[in-house]
Amino acid sequence: MLRKVTLLAAALVLVGGPALAAAKVREPNEIAFSFEGPFGRYDQAQLQRGYKVYREVCSACHSMNLVAFRNLGDAGGPFFDPKYPNPNDNPVVKALAADTQIGDIDGETGDAIKRPGIPADRFPAPFANDAAAKASNGGVAPPDLSLIAKAREGGPAYIASLIAGFGTPPAGLTVPAGLNYNPYFPGDVSANWTGDHAHTPPGGFIAMAPPLTADQVSFDDGTKSTIKQQAEDVAAFLMWTAEPKMEERKHMGFSVLIFLILFSGLLYASYRRVWRDESH
Amino acid sequence: MAHTAPDATTAVAGDDPSRRDFIHIAAITAAAGGGIAAIWPFVAQMNPSADTLALASVEYDLTKIEAGQQVTINWRGKPLFIRNRTPEQIAAAVKDDQASMKDPQTDAERTKPGKAQWLVLVGSCTHLGCVPTVGGGEYGGWFCPCHGSVYDTSGRIRLGPAPLNLAVPEYAFLSDTKVKIG
Amino acid sequence: MSGHSTYQPKTGFERWLDARLPIIRLGHDSFVDYPTPRNLNYWWTFGGILSLCLGVQIITGIVLAMHYTPSAAGAFNSVEHIMRDVNYGWLLRYMHANGASMFFIAVYIHMLRGVYYGSYKAPREVLWILGCVIYLIMMATAFMGYVLPWGQMSFWGATVITNLFSAIPVVGPAITTWLWGGFAVDNSTLNRFFSLHYLLPFMIAGVVILHVWALHVVGQNNPTGIDPKSKSDTLPFTPYATVKDGFAMSLFLILFAVFIFYMPDSLGHPDNYTPANPMVTPPHIVPEWYFLPFYAILRAVPDKLMGVLAMFGAIACIFALPWLDTSKVKSMRYRPQARIYFFFFLVACVILGFCGAKLPDAQVIPGLTTVFVIDYDLNTFVWLSRLSTLYYFAYFLVVMPVLGLTEKPLPTPETISSPVLGVETKD
Repeated sequence: MLRKVTLLAAALVLVGGPALAAAKVREPNEIAFSFEGPFGRYDQAQLQRGYKVYREVCSACHSMNLVAFRNLGDAGGPFFDPKYPNPNDNPVVKALAADTQIGDIDGETGDAIKRPGIPADRFPAPFANDAAAKASNGGVAPPDLSLIAKAREGGPAYIASLIAGFGTPPAGLTVPAGLNYNPYFPGDVSANWTGDHAHTPPGGFIAMAPPLTADQVSFDDGTKSTIKQQAEDVAAFLMWTAEPKMEERKHMGFSVLIFLILFSGLLYASYRRVWRDESH
Repeated sequence: MAHTAPDATTAVAGDDPSRRDFIHIAAITAAAGGGIAAIWPFVAQMNPSADTLALASVEYDLTKIEAGQQVTINWRGKPLFIRNRTPEQIAAAVKDDQASMKDPQTDAERTKPGKAQWLVLVGSCTHLGCVPTVGGGEYGGWFCPCHGSVYDTSGRIRLGPAPLNLAVPEYAFLSDTKVKIG
Repeated sequence: MSGHSTYQPKTGFERWLDARLPIIRLGHDSFVDYPTPRNLNYWWTFGGILSLCLGVQIITGIVLAMHYTPSAAGAFNSVEHIMRDVNYGWLLRYMHANGASMFFIAVYIHMLRGVYYGSYKAPREVLWILGCVIYLIMMATAFMGYVLPWGQMSFWGATVITNLFSAIPVVGPAITTWLWGGFAVDNSTLNRFFSLHYLLPFMIAGVVILHVWALHVVGQNNPTGIDPKSKSDTLPFTPYATVKDGFAMSLFLILFAVFIFYMPDSLGHPDNYTPANPMVTPPHIVPEWYFLPFYAILRAVPDKLMGVLAMFGAIACIFALPWLDTSKVKSMRYRPQARIYFFFFLVACVILGFCGAKLPDAQVIPGLTTVFVIDYDLNTFVWLSRLSTLYYFAYFLVVMPVLGLTEKPLPTPETISSPVLGVETKD
């Protein structure tokens, strides 16, 4: 009986096709972010550079509706200043807010107006609504970026790899009009591939054009503005916008776990003491 | 594990010294401490959230208020009076600085230096919270219709049951024509 | 065992209260002086752990409800408001979301303990049924709770599962419309799910009270499966079981804390951080991990109605267990053959869970194309699910009835104390 099963298994394996087919999507690059691990923290300088990339490049098409200017001054945020524990008073935050124009209603006339922002305002959206966003972007609305680092498999490493990883499409791949090839973007290009189907290029077609060029955003701290640097910095910033409480969470976790481990030790000793005369 | 004869296994309440062992007291104390620390987030979550606190301040353009007029705006869910006082009203308030009153305060203490014409007050009667009407009462300040409290032109309580002067909130002049409250 | 109460009111107040509402007496008899088998191992601490989980979920749920907006327009943003602006909101949300997973980890261990040690056998059938009822209400509660954040997975998971009811012949579509309150999962559905999600945990609490009452009437089972015969077989619940339960709870809290503070989103799905969009289906609709085995069973059957019946049948088997098992011996400690089948049952459940997360036509062993059987290649997750589903049902409907009659169990001890007081025991 066992011999027959082994023979059947061997036959199945032989009938099977050749080795692993080409990977369907390229895995995100290994990037060592400062906030990874149980003791990870955000690098404030990186968050500031990332904010600049968002503000100068991404905010033209992508909204960030869940983030307010005051959040930039919160503990753990890019412009936190210990001198201003209330971020609404932070002068850098107030200046950044005042630099943007926020849509509002005039209290006297009722007209729609634009006024300089205050810390309590949320980041302004580039388009008035979803339909306008789709119409200006070839039928696909650019997603809101507030939570994107948690809303995508692979997180910030995926985002950094994606926006820096466009490159030139391989010969034999027809890229549909209005789309762009990206090896990191989940999808299937086999219908547009004229080459060997055992070696279909990984990735898919994304509606976003490559957003970054070298030296596009000049960094105030002098860091060299390569595409890779800008991509990593904005990915770190996007992780912060998705999870602004990360540092507080890990910090509290450390205290809680120390307490619980010690407490378990006490309870175990108590348990042994209670049971010391009883066999069980 | 220690072996005991089957008959002697039932624990005797009260006499057994293991009941009062230090380790049990330590464990129970740790549990109580942990419990109290754990309760704090559940209590704190009911405090105002960050977005509510962010709207704690409001700015107002003073050029819209004529001399002798008062404007009422919504601040932190309550009415806020901004009154542009005439020189007569200011003089009347200063004259009474040393008069006997329930909550003695000089007029200067209730305004910003050099900006005596602007009086910024929380429009909530300090008795039970009704909104006083402007200009009523003997002193020309405010009159509260609910129980008859009378405030002078500095917002100080002069007659009636209210115990304190109308509250002056935290505010600052951003310029000669703009004030930020809160 | 329910027997003579040993409570003696000590103070005047206690005597006064005892004559009017003997609640302290009830507490004393149930949780202080209650005779507990002395040989209970750590698998018996999960009842207490489950009560802790229920308490945590109810308390965190109530405070979250103070900030949550149950409307299709406001739900997603209100959850983010909790995460970002409410004081400690992120902590409460992560406690509640991961608490649900911890609740299911504990309940599965608790149920498997029951299967292994024969805790469902006479006279504990009603205890077992009440437990199954609690499990059922837990699943309904968790399902509705997952819809509340109104993310993509919330919406589409709700759509897929509520659509199942349309498989019922004749009345199916009408029932589905009634459940939805509309023509698709929408605001009406969300609002009623919120109302029911708030209500059901209190029903769970009620059934838990019945569950503990039923337990105290017949007494706990124990690892030998032999009932206590004398006082030397038991110990008072407090302090012996109390301190052991407390220690187990603190270890459980360590695991809970690791999830909350260091991997809070690991048991969830990234797609749920994208607001619900009825026009766009995510490439992979996946329920929460604790539903995956049933999801795999559902998809294993090619017919829609039969798939639904198979899924509910899998749960029905659990209810019917006391009457399916013919073994005279309770504990699998003394049933070596049953242990092997139980082990494979565990393996089948894990495999089913794994399959539930995969696309049905994806290859199990990548790159290997084998024989095409009926509708899919054999090297696909759907066939793996079918094999595992077959074993799942065979375990309840074939192994349980037949094995009790054909196996040769090991000799069982005379009393609980005899293995404890002399012989080396192995769990």
